[in-house]
Amino acid sequence: MASLRLEIITAERIVLTEEAVGSVRVPASEGIVGILPRHAPLMTTLAPGELIMRRGDEEESFFVTGGFLEVRDNHVAVLADASERAEEIDVERAEEARRRAEEALKEKREGAELAAAEAAMRRALIRLRLAQRARGRRGASQAR
Amino acid sequence: MPSIRQLRRRIRGVQNTRQITRAMELVASSRLRRAQERVLASRPYAERIRAVISNLAAVSGAQELHPLLQVRPVSHAALILFTTSRGLCGSLNSNMVRAVVRFILDRGVSVDIIAVGTKGPTLLRSVGLSGSVAAQYQDLGNYPNVADILPISRSTIEGFTTARYDEVYVGYSQFVNLMRQEPTLLRILPIAPEELESSEASAYHQVDYIYEPDPDAVLSNLLPRFIEAQVYRALLESIASEHSARMIAMRNATENAEEILQDLTLTYNKVRQTAITNEVIEIATAAKAIAGV
Repeated sequence: MASLRLEIITAERIVLTEEAVGSVRVPASEGIVGILPRHAPLMTTLAPGELIMRRGDEEESFFVTGGFLEVRDNHVAVLADASERAEEIDVERAEEARRRAEEALKEKREGAELAAAEAAMRRALIRLRLAQRARGRRGASQAR
Repeated sequence: MPSIRQLRRRIRGVQNTRQITRAMELVASSRLRRAQERVLASRPYAERIRAVISNLAAVSGAQELHPLLQVRPVSHAALILFTTSRGLCGSLNSNMVRAVVRFILDRGVSVDIIAVGTKGPTLLRSVGLSGSVAAQYQDLGNYPNVADILPISRSTIEGFTTARYDEVYVGYSQFVNLMRQEPTLLRILPIAPEELESSEASAYHQVDYIYEPDPDAVLSNLLPRFIEAQVYRALLESIASEHSARMIAMRNATENAEEILQDLTLTYNKVRQTAITNEVIEIATAAKAIAGV
């Protein structure tokens, strides 16, 4: 059976290279894209959000923001501005980023600054949500 | 002949210096290793993005349209110059600045220098070119991330799109190997079409991609990131160069200190021996004189 090879790369490091991936769900700018083996060649920009990799019965969750996605020959390459495993998310930093963004939004700035603050807010919220879920899952597996 | 006390003091001084230079060498070598790892880690991203852009440029036909690809007659250029903020790294910075001075003279246009690290502006001032330093960024530390260079790359991209600059360069010390760091000046804007024709790209041209939302949008999304990746890489290279240059400079200093120490120890022993011999002679003569009475 055909499978996917998934790479998540940022300018700073290779976050992940994984073989034998069953499917990938990626937050593209035009909506969430699901990719299965033998997908047509695709190139699209990314929105900040959650990337889910499915491998066998396991799912793994990643935070990605900005950049783009390339699919070719069962090879999925995600070039993100920033990306980390849900478990790796620095909750304190995300919380602080959220507070900063909140303050910036309160000050009612305009134009590019407002857009930047909104984007920062969105990123922080997604990070926090993913981190929380990852923590919940880890707790559950430990209880078992 | 110096006195024993003087010699002893000098030996102690040289020993202290040796200890410091050796410690600096060790610190530099461990930082160098991490800096090299970071250079390597940044490569896949830059290569992939370059290959994709070259493919896109061929497909979208946006070559003439996109503002970052626009070639204009040059009257103003900008140069993002990476130098170190600390000294004791051999001739690294002076080599870099020499290359920059030559570049400015050869290019014959007004060049705004955007400096990262303090040694560059200091050296430029000493050759009377301080007026060309348009902006100065604080030192980004040993382990910077991409976010640290964003203000720099954004402001130069903006300078280019608003036609304040017709060309943008980065100047950095390329890390070749431990002994060699080459001052490098690389044009990053406008993005040259040949820059996009890497060998890897030819394989990409065969593939017929679906573009979402459309090729031009993807291209506009990627070009600034390509610039960012290049500036980031220049920064990483210059950090690796700094540490390797410092490591070698400090190793030489340690070796020199050892040599001096050897000479000093030899002289010290000679002086000490002479003194002892003299004393023995004195005692012997005195004893003889007494016995003779």
